[in-house]
Amino acid sequence: MTSQQTTPHAVVNVGADLLADAVADQAVPVTRVDWRPPMDGTAADLATVAADPLRRAANERALAAMLGVTATLVDVLPASEALGLQPGEFLHAGPPIAWSRASGPLRGALMGGAALEGLVDDPEDAVALFESGASVSLEPCHHRGTVGPMAGVVTPSMWMFVLEDAATGRRTHCSLNEGLGKVLRYGAYGPEVLTRLRWMGDVLGPLLQRAVRAVRDSDAGPVDVTGILTQMLQMGDEAHNRNRAGTLMLLRDLSPAMVTTIDTGGVDPADVAESLRFIGGNDHFFLNLAMPACKLALDAARGIEGSTMVVAMARNGTDFGIQVAGTGDEWFTGPALLADGLYLGDYGPDDANPDIGDSAITETAGIGGFAMATAPAIVRFVGGSVPDALATTRRMHEITLGENPRWSVPVLEFQGTPSGIDVTRVCRTGILPQINTGMAGKQAGVGQVGAGLVTPPAEIFPKALARLAELARGRTP
Amino acid sequence: MSTYSHVELRPGAYADSVTLLQVSRVVQGLDGVLAAQVAMATPLNVDVLTEMGFEVPAQAGPNDLVVALRLAGPDALAPALAGVDHALRDANRREEGATAIAAPRTTAAALRRAPDAVAVVSVPGEHAFVEAMDAVDAGRDVMVFSDNVPLEQELALKRAAAERGVLVMGPDCGTAVVGGLGLGFANVVPPGPVGIVAASGTGCQQLLALLAHAGVGVTSALGVGGRDLSADVRGLATREALRRLDEDPGVELIVLVSKPPAPDVTAEIEAYAGGLSTPVELALLGPGRPDLTAAAESVLRRLGREVPSWPVDPPESFGRVDGTVLRGLFVGGTLASEAELIATEALGADGGHTFVDFGDDEYTTGRAHPMIDPSIRLEHLARAAAHPATGVLLLDVVLGHGAEPDPAASLAPAIARVEQPVVVAVVGTDGDPQGRDRQVRALVEAGAEVHLSNAGATRRAIELLGGTR
Repeated sequence: MTSQQTTPHAVVNVGADLLADAVADQAVPVTRVDWRPPMDGTAADLATVAADPLRRAANERALAAMLGVTATLVDVLPASEALGLQPGEFLHAGPPIAWSRASGPLRGALMGGAALEGLVDDPEDAVALFESGASVSLEPCHHRGTVGPMAGVVTPSMWMFVLEDAATGRRTHCSLNEGLGKVLRYGAYGPEVLTRLRWMGDVLGPLLQRAVRAVRDSDAGPVDVTGILTQMLQMGDEAHNRNRAGTLMLLRDLSPAMVTTIDTGGVDPADVAESLRFIGGNDHFFLNLAMPACKLALDAARGIEGSTMVVAMARNGTDFGIQVAGTGDEWFTGPALLADGLYLGDYGPDDANPDIGDSAITETAGIGGFAMATAPAIVRFVGGSVPDALATTRRMHEITLGENPRWSVPVLEFQGTPSGIDVTRVCRTGILPQINTGMAGKQAGVGQVGAGLVTPPAEIFPKALARLAELARGRTP
Repeated sequence: MSTYSHVELRPGAYADSVTLLQVSRVVQGLDGVLAAQVAMATPLNVDVLTEMGFEVPAQAGPNDLVVALRLAGPDALAPALAGVDHALRDANRREEGATAIAAPRTTAAALRRAPDAVAVVSVPGEHAFVEAMDAVDAGRDVMVFSDNVPLEQELALKRAAAERGVLVMGPDCGTAVVGGLGLGFANVVPPGPVGIVAASGTGCQQLLALLAHAGVGVTSALGVGGRDLSADVRGLATREALRRLDEDPGVELIVLVSKPPAPDVTAEIEAYAGGLSTPVELALLGPGRPDLTAAAESVLRRLGREVPSWPVDPPESFGRVDGTVLRGLFVGGTLASEAELIATEALGADGGHTFVDFGDDEYTTGRAHPMIDPSIRLEHLARAAAHPATGVLLLDVVLGHGAEPDPAASLAPAIARVEQPVVVAVVGTDGDPQGRDRQVRALVEAGAEVHLSNAGATRRAIELLGGTR
C-alpha cells in the first residue's frame, strides 16, 4: 500500500504565523510571506485583474517577447533621416508635455536645440518661439521609436544610433552621448554646449556612421549591444549610472573600423583621434546604446491584451509616466519626484529639478537600479552599503514577473536580473521601482547638479491598475 | 565676511568619485566649513572647483586627489583636515551584518523560492483570492483558510485551478491532510487506505479521530470549503480532490463528507464518482441522515473492519440535574450542527435547548478562533452554568496541529466549578500534540464525562437530561 499523494516537500504560508508553526512542527520547511495590505483602494481592482483569464498567458508572452530580443547597432544617421524629423519638430523625454508646463532643464535643452537648428541665433530668443508655438512642435521620443536621456531633446540635425532587432527588423534610436557637466541633456545651452554638439554633428556622427556600417557589413556582423550588456553587467556596470565597461567594449568593437576610415574615407587622423578620445573619456557613452536596446526589447511586449507588465517608465522633468503592455499607448502620470543623492560642488537640494529622462527604460528592462547588486559603487549615492545594493536587486524581484537568463548578477550566484515590472505586484507590495539617475539643475542652462536614486510617484501604479481592471471587466460579458 | 580658503593636492591618493562625493558632503557638515570639495583633479572637477572660486594648482592631474576647503577662519583648518581623513577612512569601512535575505512579500515570490511548495493562505478574506491565484498561476495546490472570500472570487479561482489541474482547498477550509502533512487544524493520524474529501473542517476531524481509534489510517483528507458543493460552485474542487484520491493506489475507499448538496449537484457528483475506479462513500450530513459516527462505522464495515466501541470515560460522579435545558457550547461548527440535529430529533425543537458555535463569524470578528483562544467560550460556560434552567452542558474539544497547546488547562478548572453534569466530546488522536489521553484525564478529573464520538456525547447528554423529564 504505497501512496502516490506524497508528502509536500515545502509549504508557503501567507497569513497567520500559527499555521506556519503547525507545519514547522511536522518538520516540513515553511517559507513565510511577509504579507501586508496592498496600496490603498486597490484591493477590488487587484482581484478583478487577478481573475482576468487573459492575464497569466499575456504576461508570460510579454516577458518572453522582451527577453527574446537581441539588439544590434546597424547604423548612425541624422534624426532627419532616421526618424523623418522635420525642421521645427522637437522630441523630448518622458510623457507628452507643453512648453507652458516644461521644467527648466527641458526648456534649456529645447532652447539650445532651437539654436543648434538655426531657428534662433541666441538660445534666449527661443523662449518666444516656444511660447507662441506656431512654428515648433513637441513630441515624446517614445512616440517615435526613440529614447533620450535627461531632457532627451532631439532635433533633425542630431545624429542617432540606430538599433535593430534582426528577427523582426524593428528599430529604435537614441542620440549620441555628450558627456557630463554642462551638456544639453541637462538643460545647459551655453556656447561650449553648442560647439560640442556641432562637432558631434560634423565629425563624430559621420565618422561613427562609417565605422558602424563597416562593422555591420563585415563578417563579424553588427555590434551586439545586448551581448555587451550581458558582459558589462558582470564587470561592475549597471548600465544606467555606470557604463564604463560597456563604453570600453564598444570602443574595442568600433575603433579598428574608425581608424580604417583614414584610408578608406579620407578622414583626418586628428578627427579620428579626437573621436576616440571623446568616447573613451566619456564613461556614459554606452548609456545611449543601453537605452535603445532596452526600448527595443520592451517594445516587443507592447499591445499584449491583458498583460500587466510595464513597457516604459519615462520622465519629462514635470511628470513621471508609465505605459503598460495591456493598455496600449496610454500614459499614466504623476508628479516627478526629487532624487535622493549627492550634489556636485556647491549645489544642493534647492538647485535640483525633479526627475527627468527616458533613461528609466533601463530599470523597466531590469537593469540600472534593478541591477544595483552588480554595481555596488552606485549605492553610495545615497550613503548606502554593499548589503543595500544586494537587498535592492532582491527587492526588485518582488515586483517583477521573471528573471533575464542572459543578464545575470555574479554576486547573487548569477541570478538573472529582475525583469518585467508587474503593475499588480507594485500595488500589492507597495515596493516602487528603484531608479538610478542623474540630477539636472532646475534653472534652464545650469546643467548637471548631482546624481542619486529616485522612485516613480506611487499613485501612477493604482491608476494603471484601475485601467487594467476596467479593460478586464469590459471583456467579461 | 572674511573667509579662508585651503587647497591641497595629494598625489597618488585615489578614491572613486562616489566615495569622494560622500566625503565632501560629510566635510561640508563640519563646524567652520563653508564649502568643501574633495575630488580627483579631473578636468571636469577642476572646472567645478574653479567655478566655486578655488585656485587649483596648475600641475594637478586626474591622478591627484584635491582637497579644497572654504573655512570661516584659519582655526578651522586643522579640524577640517582631520574631518577629511576621518571621512575618507569611514567611506572604506565595511558594515557588518544586514546580509540576511528579506522575506518574500507575495505568494508568487515565495513560490519562486520554494517551487515545490503547497500554499496556505489565511490573510483577510478580501485579499485571499489574489494570493491564492499566485499559487494557481504557479501550478501549485493551495489551501485557503481565509473566510469571507466573495463567491465570484471562489468561482474564478476554482475555474482557473480546474484548467490547470490544481487543487484549491477552501476558501474557509480549516482542515486538510495532504500526503500525511496536516494543514490548518489537522489531527495526527497514521497513513492508511481511506481518503477523505471534506466540505467541513471539524466534520473531517471527527472522522479522522474515529477512524484512527479503529486502527484505520488516512493518507489524505482534502478540504474543499463549505460552498464547494453549492449550486454555484458545483463541486469544482470536489471533483479535483476525488480525482487525486482516485489516482492514489494507496486509497481503497474515498469518503465525501458534506452537508447535502442541491439535488442536481448531488446527481452530478454521484455520476462523477461513479466513473472512478475507487469506491466513494457519500457521508451527507442532515436531518434524517446518518451522523458522523455512523458514517465512520459504515466506512469500517465497507473495508471489512470491525467496528469498535467508541471510548467513553465517565467521571466518578455527576452533579444533580435540576434544569431542563441542554446547553451546547461548541468550537466546531459541524459538531454543533450535528448535536443540534440529534437533540432536536430526540427532544423536539422547542425545549429551549441551545447549540452555539463559537467559531462562527459572529464570535470571531477581530479575535482568534476559539480553538486557539478559549476565553469567550469559558465566559459563556460560566454564565450557562449559573443559569437555573441549565440541566446538562455539552462541549467539544478539538485537538490537533494549530489548536491551543493544552485546552484542558483552562477548561478543566472551569468544568470543576460547574454543578450540572458536563459531557465533552474530545476530538483527537493519541498522536496529536496535546495528547488526547492527557486531555481526557484532566477533564474527567474535573467531573466531565468524555466521549470520542460527538454523536455519542450528545446522546449521553440527552439521556442525562431525560432523567429529570
